[in-house]
Amino acid sequence: MDRDSSLLGTSPLGKAGLATIIAIPSAFLLYFFAYPVASITIRGLTTDGSFSFAVIGHVLTDGPLLSVARFTVVQALISTVVTVVVAFPAAWAFARFDFPGKRALRAATLVPFVLPTLVVGSAFLTIAGPNGAIGVDLTGTLFLIVVAHSFYNYAIVVRGVGAYWERIDPHIEDAARTLGASAFTAFRTVTLPLLRPVIASTSALVFLFSFTSFGVVLLLGSLKQTTIEVEIWRQTTAFLRLDIASTLAVLQLIGVGIILAGYGWFQRTTAVQFEHATAPTRRPRKGRERIAVTAALTSMIVILGTPLLVLVIRSFTNPAGGLGIANYQNLVRLPEITAAFVDPIDAIKNSFIVAFMTLAIALVIGGLAAAALTYASRRVARGFDLFVMLPLGTSAVTIGFGFLVALSWPVDLRTSLLLIPIAHALVAIPFVVRTTTPALGSVRHNLREAAAVLGASPWRTWWTIDLKIVTPAVVVAAAFAFAISMGEFGATSFITRPSFPTIPIAIFKLLGKPGAAPFGAAIALSVILMGITGISMFVIDAIGTRASNEL
Amino acid sequence: MKLTVIRSLLVATALALVATACSSTSQDREVVLLTHDSFALSQERLDLFTQETGITLTIQTAGDAGTMVNQAILTKDNPIADVMYGIDNTFLSRALDNDLFVPYRAADIDSVNEVLHVTDDLATPIDFGDVCINYDITAFEDLGVEPPSKLRQLIDPTYRDMLVVEDPATSSPGLAFLLATIAALPDGSSYDWKAFWTDLFANGVAVAPDWTDAYTSRFSLSGGDRPLVVSYASSPAAEVLFGELDTAPSASLTQGCYRQIEYAGILQGTHDEAAARELIDFLLERRTQEDIPLNMFVFPVNSTAVLPDVFTEFTMLPDSPAIMDPQTIDANRERWIQEWTAIARS
Repeated sequence: MDRDSSLLGTSPLGKAGLATIIAIPSAFLLYFFAYPVASITIRGLTTDGSFSFAVIGHVLTDGPLLSVARFTVVQALISTVVTVVVAFPAAWAFARFDFPGKRALRAATLVPFVLPTLVVGSAFLTIAGPNGAIGVDLTGTLFLIVVAHSFYNYAIVVRGVGAYWERIDPHIEDAARTLGASAFTAFRTVTLPLLRPVIASTSALVFLFSFTSFGVVLLLGSLKQTTIEVEIWRQTTAFLRLDIASTLAVLQLIGVGIILAGYGWFQRTTAVQFEHATAPTRRPRKGRERIAVTAALTSMIVILGTPLLVLVIRSFTNPAGGLGIANYQNLVRLPEITAAFVDPIDAIKNSFIVAFMTLAIALVIGGLAAAALTYASRRVARGFDLFVMLPLGTSAVTIGFGFLVALSWPVDLRTSLLLIPIAHALVAIPFVVRTTTPALGSVRHNLREAAAVLGASPWRTWWTIDLKIVTPAVVVAAAFAFAISMGEFGATSFITRPSFPTIPIAIFKLLGKPGAAPFGAAIALSVILMGITGISMFVIDAIGTRASNEL
Repeated sequence: MKLTVIRSLLVATALALVATACSSTSQDREVVLLTHDSFALSQERLDLFTQETGITLTIQTAGDAGTMVNQAILTKDNPIADVMYGIDNTFLSRALDNDLFVPYRAADIDSVNEVLHVTDDLATPIDFGDVCINYDITAFEDLGVEPPSKLRQLIDPTYRDMLVVEDPATSSPGLAFLLATIAALPDGSSYDWKAFWTDLFANGVAVAPDWTDAYTSRFSLSGGDRPLVVSYASSPAAEVLFGELDTAPSASLTQGCYRQIEYAGILQGTHDEAAARELIDFLLERRTQEDIPLNMFVFPVNSTAVLPDVFTEFTMLPDSPAIMDPQTIDANRERWIQEWTAIARS
């Protein structure tokens, strides 16, 4: 089938259908991303109505700013490689094997993703800070930043690669083994090539998250080690140097664009369509297999579990010393003393409202975008792919200020609470697209043709064939969308209402006041956030599995 | 099953959209307050404003004070609020230079010390707070060392590796402390602030990116390694209140403090200037002023306001805190921060 036969390409949905699924996500991204970011950037680079390029020259020749740019790229590359390598064995274990507590563990992988960096930073400082448990102060080292990024982004690799790997029939590898290949050769020559597109796509996500890292770098880095993201924030909020901030934002976008174009090319040239199996996972059998699975899972539990365990223990350590639940009681007691703190129940309720709205927006827009990417002609898909991913590489400050200068037209949305889930969705959509596109792209045409021959309409074919195959990927996407929203993304870059506090805001407020009581309560609320996230992920997984079986 | 889930999600989104749309089309008079994320007043007090004036009060928060001011500047031609509150003296000139405010002489302004007034009543002082070095009382007792009493003592080897400050480029108390040192040791003096900071770094001062990291991770009272931290004069009182303690575990130095004064102003382009005036009066009124200390942990500017016991008992007002002219700050802020950063990085 020639996919370049027309501009839009051939799709199982017909031309009109394809135009629709491209138009909806495009309109969303143009209005809520391109328009605000362009507005703030143009405003930053214009003086008295005319463009000034002098500042661009200034930024490009500024030694400290250039070293910030270099450090940003270097730390992001190292973080990406380390995260993918470290998380890969666990992805394999989840994709191929059954073991006790698998579903709970899988749900737990997303917990780090939602924790505010201030809280995670404090857990890391407890372990490797100036008074840390390991006795070596690692703050200000690239090592600690990379470890923290791996901790945060581990789930992206485990979930993303795992969901795709599950659908590769293990018998292909078995066939290679039967023909005499060693386990490693079979993996290298058969499975790895099949996994390449999803490795590329998850690496892109990890890279972007590390590239635009803010809190981790601010807390665990040093004065000499900041990222472009931190610098944009400093230039915007501390100095109101919109010209420098805009230049940096443009540079950041160009950098992200180049990296993404590279990944996109890699993903396209390596994508393979293959027969799907419904993941016949099994218990690890042989001794070696058991050891490998155990090692993979143990490494995961140590990497993700240690900082989380530190937080749980702290949450049950009373401010006055000794174990107990005083921190949890303080969570209720402190808001009764002062309005500086918020009712935790309110915060939890509001976080759920925002998370569900984010989930809905991201799944609809992201799902349509993924379909558009899969069925559009190559040229359209290439540009669109880049466009969908860009928000992830854009600083929250740029987006937040962009909303403010742009969204007064056609209706004034600048102070609308709706912008919070929309901003979250901008970050969640790339996840939805990245996790569902490889799955959609791997659906074999002859399956669809068979359905068509049997008299199914294009929409019906899509619904019964494609959707069924992509359901596990959609579940992963939903989980990420939910987790992104529950976490802290841009919590302070957007206009909010004190009457609508969310969990991260409640935690920030507790962390902003002196005393062991508010600090302990902040840790307790973080642990509650961990619990809520873990349970939500478990439920989303369960719904997904049920839906997948029923279809 | 799946369909039901999707359908209910769509319905939920639609309902939420409708709810948000409706909430903003109220018929009553409304006044919108733009403030920073540390803003807090008791709900009873806020409700009283609406009860007494019939005006609905909507509060919007916008990150820290610097972010808030910049957002107000960017939306100057089509403001998102009627009143801005929480802009301090480090940012006031930026707002005045950008003509953000409409002048108004608040009803109770005569109860406020003249020193705090703003030329032409372009902004109204509402509260102040002192940024001071706090020390951990027990830690110094254990060391058998007297806490320092003067700024200059901090470069003494006795206090080596004891102090943690915040980065002035990313933290408002960090900037306040830098300004305190500049006020005490100005540019051009034989031993200026730059020489002092060079010595301070040689004596092992630690820099945290923000107040939370400095106070909750590095300060010895919170389990960190430093018995001296740049915080607020009200921090000991907050420790007592939140920890339900009888005595304060920390105290603040009376020297080397910097006074942050927070102002409120009516934004140019307000859609209801009369309502905005009512809000300014409300903020300066004695009963609101008395509500401020225990919610925002700063001091009321209205001299008729009575302080809560925990404040009179456990906070000390510094001898002569540095107050710097907003114009001087605005003209030099960026240069000072860059010079400080150069010293810190070398």
